[in-house]
Amino acid sequence: MNITVAGENSLIIYFGQTHIAETDSSQHQSLEVSPEIANQVQQAVTILTDSLGDLIIDLVPSYASLLVIYDLFRTDLHTIRPQIRQLLAEISQSSQSHGQLVELPVYYSVESGPDLELLAKNKGLSIEEVIELHQVQEYQVYAIGFAPGFAYLGEVDERIATPRLATPRQQVPRGGVGIADRQTAVYPSVSPGGWNLIGLCPQRMFDPEQTPTMPVKVGDSVRFKSIDRETFLSLGGVL
Amino acid sequence: MATPEHLTSGFVVKQPGPRTLLQDLGRYGYHHLGMTTGGPADPLAFSWANRLCKNERNTTALEVSIGGLVMECTVETKIAVCGANVPLTINGRTRALWRSHKVNPGDVVELSFATEGVIAYLAVAGGFQVAESFGSTATVVREGIGGLNGGKLESEDFLPCGGDGTSTSSDDDNSQCLMLSKGYRPVYGHHAMLRVIPGYQQHDFSRYQQRRFFSNEYTISAQSDRMGYRLEGPVIKADIDGILSEGICLGAIQVPPDGQPIILMNDRQTIGGYPKIGSVLSLDLGQLAQLKPGDKVYFEPITVDDAHNILHLADSYFKKIEPTLC
Repeated sequence: MNITVAGENSLIIYFGQTHIAETDSSQHQSLEVSPEIANQVQQAVTILTDSLGDLIIDLVPSYASLLVIYDLFRTDLHTIRPQIRQLLAEISQSSQSHGQLVELPVYYSVESGPDLELLAKNKGLSIEEVIELHQVQEYQVYAIGFAPGFAYLGEVDERIATPRLATPRQQVPRGGVGIADRQTAVYPSVSPGGWNLIGLCPQRMFDPEQTPTMPVKVGDSVRFKSIDRETFLSLGGVL
Repeated sequence: MATPEHLTSGFVVKQPGPRTLLQDLGRYGYHHLGMTTGGPADPLAFSWANRLCKNERNTTALEVSIGGLVMECTVETKIAVCGANVPLTINGRTRALWRSHKVNPGDVVELSFATEGVIAYLAVAGGFQVAESFGSTATVVREGIGGLNGGKLESEDFLPCGGDGTSTSSDDDNSQCLMLSKGYRPVYGHHAMLRVIPGYQQHDFSRYQQRRFFSNEYTISAQSDRMGYRLEGPVIKADIDGILSEGICLGAIQVPPDGQPIILMNDRQTIGGYPKIGSVLSLDLGQLAQLKPGDKVYFEPITVDDAHNILHLADSYFKKIEPTLC
């Protein structure tokens, strides 16, 4: 664990080990992505929320880091950094997740997933195989961001991992289920986006009128379940 | 609490201007849902507009970019405009900025286009009465959250507010207006020195690259908005192209592979995967928000301790300055 200054009232905690991964053309500093690390991030969120209360303005958990924004009129760097270090010393290394398993229905089809056919062709798979590989996996919710309700899920089976589109779409429909490298996600609202679309999920991923606002949170797991066109429409899906 | 007066008293928007947004100090505690903070791009001008209306700091006011706002008043109250120099008229008569003014039903309040700076705030006594979403009225257009319906003001929008109670109050002070003396008002120019707290992936930028960043001038690009200010200038290269996506704080300076820094503002995305060299002091982001495309910025590194001292002093200074009765 490493705690680094991010800004005037922000610290970022990095979990696990950092290593440099070299790909063909570029160097990426990468922290390890694993359910164990994600679990540590989630434990840290709980511990800091419970113990620091009002000192915390906001927390941003992600794959292997946690951004802590604190109230500099109630504390300061030299007080809160050792406090955080001490609180997180006891974090358990176990991979036992405290999250819940959430099932999300998806209507996979060429009609609802404009990139499904090309993705299958490029990977030398049938459409049915792509769907099966996507829905058989249990995914971890690693991060929520980009837009309200956008949950980054990992990791997608290598056989269907596909880089983002070279040119992002101007408009991805709400509920669009996409793949970007080894990540997958459901677009919570209409937005521009470059992920490869393979289906549509009728369930709202972000609804300000509902409690909870989102069906998933960081630390939960997700499994997709293939549904047919009729079920999709009966669940409120729109084509 | 909603008396009939509350339902009908307020301001009718006649011309919304290119981008006028209802804002309070911002939405906090919802980053875990992917929601950004929003809030005033120039918090100091925002705070003064509210203070001159005797409001609490976190009271809902209008953020008017460039100007072009016309509203008709249906209530007896006070307003104040602070920030960019947008000529203010009430019923066609020129009125001073940085002071409160009485307005009456039927009055037409007009802000024409900014001659200095970009953003002005119009506050009203008691604030605009808008329902909060996720604990705040701050409008974030990208998310469709806050304000009246998640967007910028439109013609014929109605902005409810209570009266300032002049006629019923026994408080004599209430008939008087408040002004901030000239010496205390910020000055908006065409360049700004931005203080930076180095952090995040700072060490993934070589000493040479850091020196290059802190010793050069950058130009504000036309592609700048409430999400981020894009800069053009000497290319800065990190030793790495990308990082595993992580939380982004206000003012973070991210450097994409093209080497042109982006300063992330109030409506920033909550997580991102570009390396960051550090974060701009929040106090200086207000100055940045008042600059136009083509204006220049420079960077100066400061320590977190310096940042804390500066922010505590600024807060104490704001509280100690007494506006003049007029």
